Amino acid sequence: MTPETARTIAVDVNGVSYEREVEARKLLIHFLRDDLDLTGSHVGCDTGNCGACSVLLDGVLLKSCMLLAVQADGTSIRTVEGLGSDGELDALQQAFADHHALQCGYCTPGMLMSASWLLERNPRPSEEEIRRAIQGNICRCTGYVNIVRAVQAASGQEVSE
Amino acid sequence: MTETTVTPERPLVVEETETKPGFVGQNVPRKEDKRLVQGQGVFFDDVKRHGMGYVHFVRSPYGHAKIRSIDVARALEVGGVYGTLTGDEVAILTDPFFELSTPPGAHIKDYALAVGKVRHVGEPVAAVVASSRELARDASELVEVEYEPLPALVDGEAALAEGAPILHEEAGSNVVWSGLFDWGDFEAARAEADHVVKIERLHFDRFSSTPLECSGCLVEYNRGTGQWTMYCNHQMPGVGAIWMAPALRVGIDKLRFVTQDIGGAFGNKICLHPQFVACCLLARKLNRPIQWTEWRTDQHTANAHGNERTFLDVEVPVKADGTMLGFSVRAVDDCGAFPRYEPLGCIIWAQVTPGCYRWRNIRVDFTQVVTNKSPVSPNRGYSRMQHLWLTERIVDIVARELGLDPVEVRKRNYVRTEEMPYETPNGCIYDSGDYARCLDIALELIDYDQLEERRRDAEARGKLLGFGIGSTLDSGTNNFGQSTLLNPELQFSGNNEVATVKLDIFGEIVVTLGTVPQGQGHETTAAQVVADILGCTPDDVNVRPGHDTYWNSHAGLSGTYASQFAVTGLGAVKGATEKLAAEMRKLASLVLGCSEDDIELAEGQARMKANPEAALPFMALGAILNANNAGLPTDLDITLNARYMYRPPFELPDKERKYGNLTLTYATQIHACLIEVDPETGGYEIVDYAAVDDCGKRIHPQIVEGQVHGATAQALGAATHEIFAYDEDGNLLTPNFYDYHVPHALDMPPIKNGYIESESPFTPLGAKGMGEGGGAGIHAVCAALQDALGKTVTRSCNPYHRVWELLRSEDRGVTVQAR
Ligand code: FES
Ligand code: FES
Repeated sequence: MTPETARTIAVDVNGVSYEREVEARKLLIHFLRDDLDLTGSHVGCDTGNCGACSVLLDGVLLKSCMLLAVQADGTSIRTVEGLGSDGELDALQQAFADHHALQCGYCTPGMLMSASWLLERNPRPSEEEIRRAIQGNICRCTGYVNIVRAVQAASGQEVSE
Repeated sequence: MTETTVTPERPLVVEETETKPGFVGQNVPRKEDKRLVQGQGVFFDDVKRHGMGYVHFVRSPYGHAKIRSIDVARALEVGGVYGTLTGDEVAILTDPFFELSTPPGAHIKDYALAVGKVRHVGEPVAAVVASSRELARDASELVEVEYEPLPALVDGEAALAEGAPILHEEAGSNVVWSGLFDWGDFEAARAEADHVVKIERLHFDRFSSTPLECSGCLVEYNRGTGQWTMYCNHQMPGVGAIWMAPALRVGIDKLRFVTQDIGGAFGNKICLHPQFVACCLLARKLNRPIQWTEWRTDQHTANAHGNERTFLDVEVPVKADGTMLGFSVRAVDDCGAFPRYEPLGCIIWAQVTPGCYRWRNIRVDFTQVVTNKSPVSPNRGYSRMQHLWLTERIVDIVARELGLDPVEVRKRNYVRTEEMPYETPNGCIYDSGDYARCLDIALELIDYDQLEERRRDAEARGKLLGFGIGSTLDSGTNNFGQSTLLNPELQFSGNNEVATVKLDIFGEIVVTLGTVPQGQGHETTAAQVVADILGCTPDDVNVRPGHDTYWNSHAGLSGTYASQFAVTGLGAVKGATEKLAAEMRKLASLVLGCSEDDIELAEGQARMKANPEAALPFMALGAILNANNAGLPTDLDITLNARYMYRPPFELPDKERKYGNLTLTYATQIHACLIEVDPETGGYEIVDYAAVDDCGKRIHPQIVEGQVHGATAQALGAATHEIFAYDEDGNLLTPNFYDYHVPHALDMPPIKNGYIESESPFTPLGAKGMGEGGGAGIHAVCAALQDALGKTVTRSCNPYHRVWELLRSEDRGVTVQAR
């Protein structure tokens, strides 16, 4: 029953290279959290619905609970810990704080990754486009109202009333 | 002194009431945010220990079954498996958790793992610990459990039927608790009425707030001292310890709860004691740290649902002019397989007995039963939400039957602002508020005067437009004495919360709270209160995040629950800070050689009012007492470390009459919405939505508004999609976020916010607890659907298929008797 198929993988996470042996069945999110101690990305479900685990893998937004760690071999990953620099917040993180876009903060890392990905591709999204971009991220605290406002503010737009 | 930026408030609908200068009332930046947006928060699952073992619970696949045998041998053979625990061991090593109920509920035996029998799908029957999450999960499949299935009971009314399967043989009945509440004179009201409206059956569906972070803990056992430390997300550790310590047969100080960041709780993290006890036993048995993180599916199937309630034979006496005189009802509350926090829900609703209305004659025959479903736990709006849904359904159903206008009938029956403080028929005191004014603001926000135009416009597009109002009260700061109305033997009453505030050696102001925040911004609002009293800025105040039993800054009723932080938590902070300020003035007066009254605290200094040049920075005060105190008078009794317990002014309620003040504050939420229904499909959309809130003095308006948004979103989820539905065998049909649809960003309508501030005359800051009042959204959507469809809405949750069925069904179940 115990798969003995451990494998060594090499990944780059937020600019740091890691080489680790992982069990073949380990999910990428558990690899990031448990093996690399990058606990910013969270787990909110077991069906790929909540987006708390969202990361950028080779520049593409995906849910790291829907991927095995071995599938990430050779890739470059960006997590919430990779946003901002030198401990300073980037514009989106700052906008989340300014607009009270987080309460418990559990969904926030995933939200930030989804919103970052949106803004990279679409620097001035409409409200509808913002909502679409975070549609895969569940927040149980904010009703999304202030999250939408924060993304609008981060993209230099007027916030919805 | 560091600068704190105060962000200007966005204009809202009502003029800001005059605010005193200071940080209270301002949107200061949240202290919690920087770490959380950087992914540097510490949630319990982020904590690791050397050699820790991961737990996986083996759970029942049956709704109701006898356990014939459990065999863990094959699981134990697997390399990397550290050990197991079964119900038989639990029954030897622990005592059952105490029950709050009188008999029959008092006889129920509830343990950390199932003993002899399972009573709901997902109930833990054994636990397996291994070196990784994956291994523990795999090995748990090797645990062999032999069951003898029994018929399952999945309906509250059926639980009362003759010959129904009995869940707890020791209790001899499926009833947990029952009682009659009878206030005023209902028979006289019926005689006085011009009409009596009768409603056969209303049903409040089962759902829960489903916080995004699941429950869990990392438990360490100290063999030398016999102490357990739980890094966890329990939201009410004081009460958790009261449950756990006697069960584990240890003193309460053997249990240390530590939390930092918690990913939402909403009441769903109050009843974690069974799993925590299992983890404590395993940590001791296996001599290693034990980690438990609940899977989402487990949270949905076996952690905490909201109470499901059926209202039968509702009768409402009404005068010709639309004045309602009260109501009578038979309520059957389904608490799932174990009562745990129950039967408190059998009394909590009585905090809002007449809802927002001047009804004086109310009779409620209340029965709570067990069924083969997940146990319930308090869920945002706990028990009041179900009852307020009933009062709002009553208003709209009566209005429809008698052809009354839903706005006018509310205004006629609402408690009036000039009647505040208002005593309800059961002795609760509504402290302040102006419901009619809140309603007017809500109506203005959704352009109510254009309703008929919009109706015609929707019709032209083949849609049915519906308008609905939801009025609620968010009662906060419990009088725990209400528990004695259920069980006179219980030794709980009043309420309390603790905080400590100290001035440390380098002049740092350090605050610890007894509360257990989960996103409510307690670090920030506590710092605002402290800064205003000490004359510094919130940035100068270090509020320790989270909770730690070892801080000694909590009391038996501590926690974050039941809409109370702005009253109890901040009341404690205010009290402790005032104590500290007095000590600081005293010390400064000794050093500066003047009287205490000559000293003021301002700009981070204690200085002479008459001569601000004569000043001691906080750092000097901290250093003098803590490190450089030679020469101070020997009888100087100060510590610069003040602990204060806030206790609200409560009396014990009258047990005979079930009468007394059960909560201190009543925040108001009046919501209004417009929906458009597609009659072909039953699909509908909320096209306009307004939420007006009155929670007295707002300490941090942005945080208040955030709570309103979140509570509204949860209510709209509960009104439209979220149901914990079971099949007849007791299988949960919505065990994850795939089947249980919570609102996503595209599901949420734009929410228009308004507010007024009716300060509470009873609280330290004029503030009221808030955050649970979103239930208004359920009431408003039900009312709007009824208006759109022209059919009586009798369920709280109305997914599209129910709307479609409703459109095609006959309207039954309501009769009007003219007198
Ligand atoms: S944990 Fe990955 S989507 Fe929920
Ligand atoms: S802030 Fe709590 S889940 Fe989004």
